[in-house]
Amino acid sequence: MMEIGLAHYLTVAAILFSIGIFGIFMNRKNVIVILMSVELILLAVNINFVAFSSYLNDMGGQIFTMFILTVAAGEAAIGLAILVIYYRNRGTIAVEDIHLMKG
Amino acid sequence: MIYALCFYLFATITVFSAIMVISSRNPVHSVLYLILAFFNSAGLFILLGAEFIAMILVIVYVGAVAVLFMFVVMMLDIDYSELRKGFQKYLPIGGLIGLILLAELLLVGFGWGLSGPVTTDPATAIPALSEMSNTEAIGSLLYTKYAFLFQMAGLILLVAMIGAIVLTHRARPDVKKQNINDQVMRRRGDAYDIVKVKPGQGLG
Repeated sequence: MMEIGLAHYLTVAAILFSIGIFGIFMNRKNVIVILMSVELILLAVNINFVAFSSYLNDMGGQIFTMFILTVAAGEAAIGLAILVIYYRNRGTIAVEDIHLMKG
Repeated sequence: MIYALCFYLFATITVFSAIMVISSRNPVHSVLYLILAFFNSAGLFILLGAEFIAMILVIVYVGAVAVLFMFVVMMLDIDYSELRKGFQKYLPIGGLIGLILLAELLLVGFGWGLSGPVTTDPATAIPALSEMSNTEAIGSLLYTKYAFLFQMAGLILLVAMIGAIVLTHRARPDVKKQNINDQVMRRRGDAYDIVKVKPGQGLG
């Protein structure tokens, strides 16, 4: 219990990942919370990468975490930009109303 | 001992604030809890010996991404109670899927073990802290072996920046603005005519 091993970090990451998935299902209407859930999922992945990097004594995990951070930042910027123009055009951000492209 | 206590502290606060992110009624509180989650996972990264990643997490996530979320939440005037109507409806299916996923992940996590001497021969070993700091180690790898991927990451950020600007920029026709192109392209002939006027006749 007091000896923290790799499994402890993997457990935390697994719980975070599940909370992220759960958040996407729970807030089906609110795009902002869905984007935050995606950020939580990416954070869980980062924790996994860094934990493996530390316990396998390999630098690659930390390097890859940097790239995940890059992609996460870009994704947040683009997602929020889309959100802003959607709100400007429709006056709402409810995801369930976004079916304009449905055939 | 201290290590274990710190781990449990950071891990508990991270999980708690993650739960609050998805369940709090006010999105502003969600963003603040997201910031708390990022800070505590930065603490976890420090425990793992990845100081540079921890600092980057604080600077990039808390300083940029979370503040961006905050801007958008406060910029849009939305009735958030309306958006939470479906919470009860989706609770059973969402909870079921979340629990199944968590159980599977935990099974993998606890059933997993190093089966052989994997740790003896890593592709890019972490150098001892006495000879090279964590930041130096990342730099010496990122700018040599992963230089191409580093450039690609920069390109991704550039495309994201241009995309965000193009998406949110709108040309407003009601605002008078100086058009430098029109000014430079204007020639003398566009501005005035030279008319030969005969004496006593005036301009017809």
